[in-house]
Amino acid sequence: MHTASLNGHRSEADAPTSLVVTFPADRPLITDAGGTVSPLTVAYQTYGTLNADRSNAILVCHALTGDQHVANVHPVTGKPGWWRAMVGPGKPIDTDRFFVICSNVVGGCLGSTGPASINPATSKVFGLDLPVITIRDMVRAQSMLIDHLGIDTLFCVAGGSMGGMQVLQWAALYPDRVFSAMPIATGARHSSQNIAFHEVGRQAIMADPDWRAGRYLEEGTRPEKGLSVARMAAHITYLSDQALHAKFGRKLQDRAAPTFSFDADFQIESYLRYQGRSFVERFDANSYLYMTRAMDYFDLAADYGGSLAQAFKGTRTRFCVASFTSDWLFPTSASRAIVHALNAGSASVSFVEIETDKGHDAFLLDIPDLLATSHGFITAMARARGLA
Amino acid sequence: MMDQRPNSVAQAKAAGRSDLLLVADMVDHDSRVLDLGCGDGALLRLLADTRNVDARGLEISQRGVNDCVAKGLSVIQGDADTDLADYPDDAFDYVILSQTIQATRHPRLVLEQMLRIGRRAIVSFPNFGHWKVRLEIGVHGRMPVSGNLPFSWYETPNIHFCTIRDFLTLVTEMDAKVERAIVLDQSGTPMRTGASSWMWNLLGEQAVIMLRR
Repeated sequence: MHTASLNGHRSEADAPTSLVVTFPADRPLITDAGGTVSPLTVAYQTYGTLNADRSNAILVCHALTGDQHVANVHPVTGKPGWWRAMVGPGKPIDTDRFFVICSNVVGGCLGSTGPASINPATSKVFGLDLPVITIRDMVRAQSMLIDHLGIDTLFCVAGGSMGGMQVLQWAALYPDRVFSAMPIATGARHSSQNIAFHEVGRQAIMADPDWRAGRYLEEGTRPEKGLSVARMAAHITYLSDQALHAKFGRKLQDRAAPTFSFDADFQIESYLRYQGRSFVERFDANSYLYMTRAMDYFDLAADYGGSLAQAFKGTRTRFCVASFTSDWLFPTSASRAIVHALNAGSASVSFVEIETDKGHDAFLLDIPDLLATSHGFITAMARARGLA
Repeated sequence: MMDQRPNSVAQAKAAGRSDLLLVADMVDHDSRVLDLGCGDGALLRLLADTRNVDARGLEISQRGVNDCVAKGLSVIQGDADTDLADYPDDAFDYVILSQTIQATRHPRLVLEQMLRIGRRAIVSFPNFGHWKVRLEIGVHGRMPVSGNLPFSWYETPNIHFCTIRDFLTLVTEMDAKVERAIVLDQSGTPMRTGASSWMWNLLGEQAVIMLRR
C-alpha cells in the first residue's frame, strides 16, 4: 500500500489524470526570482461549457495543499473535490452556467511543473533545482493557460487562502482581464505569525533524515515524518480553539485513563496523526516547501510602493471579500485591509464577515452564509455581464 | 434595469419610506454615494435605478449585507461608529445616514466623518420633538412607542434621540451648513418651507437635512 501510493503519487506529478498543456521552450515562465521554467507544464481541469463569446469563464484558484480537482473525485484519495460546497451543478459557482477552470499551480505536485516533476534538461527530478516560485509566478502561469484556452476576460476569479492571494494578484496584475473577483479568507500579505508557522513546517521537513537535501525521490526515501509534522502544525492553524474543543475536548482515545506515556492518549493527538499520515499519501514534501515560501513572500502592497490602494487604483473589477470570525490565520482584519485599499482606490467592493466557529477551514465547508453571499454576488455579476 | 425603476420607487412608497424618495431627490444624477446603515439596500437600489449613481453601502448586519450583495449592490459589512476613519477624504459626492443617527454611539463623530468623506452629508431622522412624543412623556410620563419608534426603552437600538432643534444646534456647533431641509408631517407629507422652525419641531415627524462644510 505504501509503495502503491508512492507510485500513484509519482504518476500524478508526471502524468496527471487531468488535462495538461505544455508550453514550448520559446514560451518560458520567467520567475520573479529571475529563474526560467521551460518547458512549462500546467495541469488543469475544466467543468461546464465555454459560451460562444467566451465570457462565462470562472477561474478557481486552489489553496496551499489543494489542486486542480476542485469538483471531481480526487485521483489519489478517491474523495470528492475540495470545493464541492461551492463548485458544481446548481452550486454558487454553477458548472451548468459557467465554464469553470482550475489549474494545479506551478510548483505544485499534481501535474504542473513542480519540484516532483522530471527536469527535461537532466532527466532527473527537479527537487530544489526549480526556481523559487511566487504567487505572481503562479498567476502568470495561469494567464498562459487562460490565453491557451482562448479566453480574454475571466468572468470571475475566485479562491480562498493562498487561492485568495492569487485572486488579488490576478486583479492587480491583469485588471482588464478580471470582471469580478472573490478573495475569501485571505490577505494581501502573509503575516509574520503565518511565516513563523510555515517555517516550523519547513524545518520539520528538512530535519527529516529521509529528506536527503531534497533529493529523496531519486534516493527512494520520503521525508514522511517531517511532512506529517508540518501538516499537523499547519492543520491546527486551520481550525479554531472553539471547534477543536467542541469536537475533541480532552477526550481520551480508545482508553478509560491516561497511560502516562507519549502515546496518543488524547483524541486530538490521534486526529492530528491521522491528518499528517493521510497528507503524506497525496502531497510532495518539496512542493510543500515551495508553496509555503510562495505565500511567505506574498506582499502585494510592497510591489506598489507600499500602498495596497495603488495596486487596485482605477480598477473596474468588482470584488466580493469574505472573512470568518474564528479564522486566526487570516483574521477579519486582513480582509478589512483589502477592503480599505479597494475603497481608497474607488473600487466596487462588497465585504462580509461570516460568523462561524470553523476557523480558516470554513472557506472549504458548507457554510450557508458563505454560499448565499457567493451565490448572490455571482448571480448579480452575471446580470451585470449580460450572462443572465 | 429599466423595468426596475418604477419598482424600487413603488416599493419605497409601499414601505412608507417617503423619506427615501426625498433623499434620492437631493442626489444629483451620476454621482458617487455612500449609504451608512443601508439595511436591505432599498435606498441604494432606488438611487441606482432612478439617479444612475455609483452607490455603495455600509451595513452592520449579515442579513442586510447578504440581501444587498444578492441584489448586486456593493455593500461592506461594518460599523459607522468605527469604520469611517478608513475612508479617504472626499471619496464620495454624498454620504447618507438614513434613519440611523439615533442608533450610533457617537453621532457627532459620525457626522464629522460624513462631512470629511463626502462633499455633502444627508441625514434623515425621526424628530423626538414631535408633539406625540412630547405628549407621551409630558402627559403620560412614558417613553413613546409608535409605528415610527416601535421599540420599548429596554430593547431599543436607538440610544441618541434628538429633536430637529437639537440637530440644527449641533450642525451650528460643528460649523456645518444646512443646504436643504425637508420636514415630513405625520402623513409623510413635506411641511411648507415657510413654516417656522418651532412648528417644524412640534409637528414634524421626520426630517431630511442636507449638510455641507
